Amino acid sequence: MPRSLRHLLLAVLPVTLAASLLPAVYSNQLLLFNFVVFLTLAQGVNVIYGFTGYLPFGYVGFFGAGAYGFSLCVIHLHAAPPLALAAGSLAAILLGLLLTPLLRLSGAYFAIANLAASLALYQVISNPNLTDITKGPYGITLSGVYQPALSYGTAVAIMTATLALTVFLRNSNFGLSLQAIREDAVSAAMAGIDVVRARTTAWLLSALIAGLIGADFAWYVSVFYPDTVFSPEFSIFAIVFALFGGVATVSGPVLGVLLLYGIYNVIGISTPQYFQLIYGLLIMLLVLFLPNGVVSLMRKRGIDVP
Amino acid sequence: MLAYAVLAGLIFGLYFSLVGLGLNLIFGVMRIVNLAHGDFLMLGALAAISLFALIGLNPIGTAFVVLAAFALVGFPLYYLLVPRLLRAKDPEMLSIMLFFGLSQVIEALATMAFGPSERSIPGRVLGTGPVQFLGQRFPIAWVITAAASAVAVSAIYFYLYRTRLGYLTRAVMVDRDEALATGIDVHRVSAIAFGLGLGLAAIAGVFAPFMLGSATPAMGVELNIQSFAVIVIGSLGNPLGTVLGGAVYGVSLMFMQTYFSTWANLLPYVLLILILLVRPSGLLGRQVRRA
Repeated sequence: MPRSLRHLLLAVLPVTLAASLLPAVYSNQLLLFNFVVFLTLAQGVNVIYGFTGYLPFGYVGFFGAGAYGFSLCVIHLHAAPPLALAAGSLAAILLGLLLTPLLRLSGAYFAIANLAASLALYQVISNPNLTDITKGPYGITLSGVYQPALSYGTAVAIMTATLALTVFLRNSNFGLSLQAIREDAVSAAMAGIDVVRARTTAWLLSALIAGLIGADFAWYVSVFYPDTVFSPEFSIFAIVFALFGGVATVSGPVLGVLLLYGIYNVIGISTPQYFQLIYGLLIMLLVLFLPNGVVSLMRKRGIDVP
Repeated sequence: MLAYAVLAGLIFGLYFSLVGLGLNLIFGVMRIVNLAHGDFLMLGALAAISLFALIGLNPIGTAFVVLAAFALVGFPLYYLLVPRLLRAKDPEMLSIMLFFGLSQVIEALATMAFGPSERSIPGRVLGTGPVQFLGQRFPIAWVITAAASAVAVSAIYFYLYRTRLGYLTRAVMVDRDEALATGIDVHRVSAIAFGLGLGLAAIAGVFAPFMLGSATPAMGVELNIQSFAVIVIGSLGNPLGTVLGGAVYGVSLMFMQTYFSTWANLLPYVLLILILLVRPSGLLGRQVRRA
């Protein structure tokens, strides 16, 4: 059996099946939806950080761009949800294109500049002067298109496509060339890899993922404020979940989301500061002692983790 | 209006140099990004507020207390975190995550201890009545803060350029490996710089209630971005470039607040991105840094 097929069967199929079947037996669909959102976002971070090494500290910018692209298309153009989803992903890709010059920055500078970019976008969208266009700080209401079942199904589809994309990156020459760029861009270029094109592709793919799931998030919740969809927690959580499990794998970010977001839902909502304390400590311990995530424990023993 | 914007900008500029100074000192010496910088500032602000509320200590006194306290905390914290971090493959990148974790821990502990609400300290503690300066009137708290910032910046200048330890510190800034090869105790020098950096952040925090309004445990994130804007405009890794960065940032902030007040919040972000993109060689290239 080809390795990629095995990865699809082992890592993608169970997650997709669980996400599709659980709503039938478990009534808290919002919680499941949030899991799907974070499973997708963590893989989106994986695409850009895991494979290319750019830490997207302002990843939520694409999520918010997608949510607002969707909502403004519905509000101003009265578009149907599928068209609005396309508009949301287009908004995220445009933002990604606008930010491609940031890829020239290395390491820490990229992360900081990306964070600043997402905060700048939030400031623009929530600016009271633009209330006529973006509804400013007063938020968005999309009661006309509220379809929880359909938008949940769409989220599962987006998540599955994203997981399939990571399986492809994990098992293809393109994914390998991205990792080569991450390790040493100059040597990669010497080996004949078009560095700029490859990393721009990864960047835009990762923007597209966040934009799509952001647009779907807007569709699913249908009432939200700018600080909901631009909350830095989306970036932070997605990065921490991906890192915890182990990036540049398919199952790492999945494990990270299931474990950490699970813990978050048990203790994080009632006592957020305790969860903040725990995940702060966890991040520090991870960076110092396990920088390649939980799955690296298995990979060290020679087990091929999807 | 124009004169006011320029003068107030310079006052805030001096203060923002102090805000960025500690971050830049740590970056310059260790090449790591202290993403918990804003949270140490926040702790300084909370210390000023609680010491004033509990024993009526004047913020200027608190500034000395927090400098000593944070420098002492910084020393063991350095040995706990940094040597291990510097052995990693990409310390600069990992430092962002590590210190982000630390900032979450600090914020969580501060929220548990102080609660999430806003706190402040009355401005009259530093004296009453406005100060006349070149025909403009400024609150006396601003002037005292600017003076204190100027003293702190000068003290760092004196430390770096007129003392033996500062000489060694600059050697580590220029080349860590060569400094090690010359027989400099790199870890001790770095640990002192780390402690000083935290102490400077806390001092900046002490004056934050007067310059930035109230203090909350969650204020660290925005302060981080502002500090980054300041030190990136100046020159990363060059502590004294921070003064230039602070002045540019302070004056442009005041101009924005005077003429386009609703868009003033955008300034630090846009300035940061533009400077990073327009002058990447000057800001990222270490060869232009003069330590």
